[in-house]
Amino acid sequence: MAAVAEHTGTDRVPSPLGQMVRQISYQNRVFRRVPISAFFTLAFPLMFLLLFGAIFDEVSIGGGLEVDAAQFYAPGLAVFTAASATYTNIGISTAIARDEGILRRIRSTPLPRWCYLGGVVGSGVCIAVFGVALMLAVGAAVYGVDVEPDRIAPAAVTMVVGSAAFAMLGLALAAVVPSGQSSPALAQATMLPMAFVSDVFVPLGDDPARWLVVAGDVLPLKAFVKAFFTAFDPYHTGSAWEPWLLLRIGLWGVLGAVVAARRFRWEPSVGTGGGGSRGRRSGGTGSQLGQSTD
Amino acid sequence: MASLAAVSASPALTVSGLGKSYGDVRAVDGLSFQVEPGEVFALLGPNGAGKSTTVEILEGHRSRDAGTVEVLGHDPEAASSAFRDRIGIVLQEVGIERELTVREALVHYGACYSRRRPVDEVLELVGLAGLGDRRTHRLSGGQKRRIDLALGIIGDPDVLFLDEPTTGFDPSARRQAWEMVDGLRSLGTTIVLTSHYMDEVQALADRVLVIAGGRAVAEGTPDELRGSMDRETAIRARFPLEADGTVDALLGGLAGRATVRGDRLELRTEQPTADLHRLTEWALERGLELDDLEVVRPTLEDVYLDLVGDDTGADGEDGSGG
Repeated sequence: MAAVAEHTGTDRVPSPLGQMVRQISYQNRVFRRVPISAFFTLAFPLMFLLLFGAIFDEVSIGGGLEVDAAQFYAPGLAVFTAASATYTNIGISTAIARDEGILRRIRSTPLPRWCYLGGVVGSGVCIAVFGVALMLAVGAAVYGVDVEPDRIAPAAVTMVVGSAAFAMLGLALAAVVPSGQSSPALAQATMLPMAFVSDVFVPLGDDPARWLVVAGDVLPLKAFVKAFFTAFDPYHTGSAWEPWLLLRIGLWGVLGAVVAARRFRWEPSVGTGGGGSRGRRSGGTGSQLGQSTD
Repeated sequence: MASLAAVSASPALTVSGLGKSYGDVRAVDGLSFQVEPGEVFALLGPNGAGKSTTVEILEGHRSRDAGTVEVLGHDPEAASSAFRDRIGIVLQEVGIERELTVREALVHYGACYSRRRPVDEVLELVGLAGLGDRRTHRLSGGQKRRIDLALGIIGDPDVLFLDEPTTGFDPSARRQAWEMVDGLRSLGTTIVLTSHYMDEVQALADRVLVIAGGRAVAEGTPDELRGSMDRETAIRARFPLEADGTVDALLGGLAGRATVRGDRLELRTEQPTADLHRLTEWALERGLELDDLEVVRPTLEDVYLDLVGDDTGADGEDGSGG
């Protein structure tokens, strides 16, 4: 457990930046203590990597060179990890926190709201980067996944930009989903089909249906996969920076932020645990008053 | 000390003509009141009276439809960070991260405020000393409510809002919570609490506003409230009601106020001896037996039920005379 600093009795206006860093580390701590979310976010994609590793063989890339197939699918799975750690994870956990009245409590403190939401996004990026690093480390150790040193920076920047964008989309998901109970269904129903049209698991064949291609091109995940994969692509020559793809991802992030800003709710919806004095405590007045004496 | 502070300082909280509707329901209908610095002020009323709605408007958690509200010089509807830095809120139906320990939760939420009370002092105050390292999901319901109280005061607030602070507590826990509120009062914290427990209000509040159906029905110190009805004695009896309306003759001759519900008569009177005599005389003349005849001094609960009764009573056949 991290050491806790106690600011006892001091008068110090907390700086917004300090607040945000604190929020990030708090969200990270909460994430670490929920084994099930850590499993689905970090271990689940690793399982895919190992399964794929058992299924696919080496690939010849011409010139007598052979690379392991993992060089092609590990980056896609890494992006899937990042999207799960942000979009899916934030969409579900934030909606649940709202149902449980945690957001209600946060709203009653002086913490600026953007600090809280910034903490959620920042923590999502941290978890995504950790998950991706874990996956690539396993990929490198077991399957020889390789990245040129001069392509590490573009890969890292792509990962941070993409994770942040998907974190914003996760906030948008939490904003529109009616309750924490329905959030996993909506998260998976949007994430998995998007993953299939975005070359995450397997590339679409040589002549895919047009709408599959268009769907992939419009949605943000394929751009994220392509931009990240460039850094790992053995056929690619020249710079691994993909500014246009990053712009496309960024625009989706902005869209997510706008939806979140307009629709975000801090109070549980009626019937999911909130609801003021007419809620679950009604109907006991008479007997409770019976305790009074004159 | 509350009255001393009140002389010099401006009110901690001013509400005037407050109104709030949900659809066709007027949850709060023209409330006006003031709370002085250092005062413990209670909103008392049955469920659905508009207590929580009122407090949530004061806290900045809900918008209002009408009226003006000023808390520590702020309009809560603007809900600025500076405003929330100076108030403490104990909400109903509020959650806490299961994964944090009690101490972590206090440190984490305390860090949001510019002023902080020492964590150990707060744990002591709310009776959670020794449970600081326990995860919050391993606490009982009453202990969780104490965390709510602890988080309400961790930021050393000038005004503390307590929305039904002891609902769900066992009697000894309530007693402790009351001691805690007394402790805060002695530190000069202004407290606005809602409750539907008569004894709680009596034990804690300097002043009470009784509300029903969103409206104020009485205001005063607990003693004043009881005093207003203290002279009246209740006389109750049950007898078969005659169709010829002779009961009207009885009711007309009584000094007190009578209420007939079905076959039950309840009489509030300042002349119990005379009215009891008239009642028994009337019954004897007709050869009626007065079942369940009793003569009782009203409790504070009776006063309260009397005040809120008209708005919540489902009985449509009230008749009164005298």
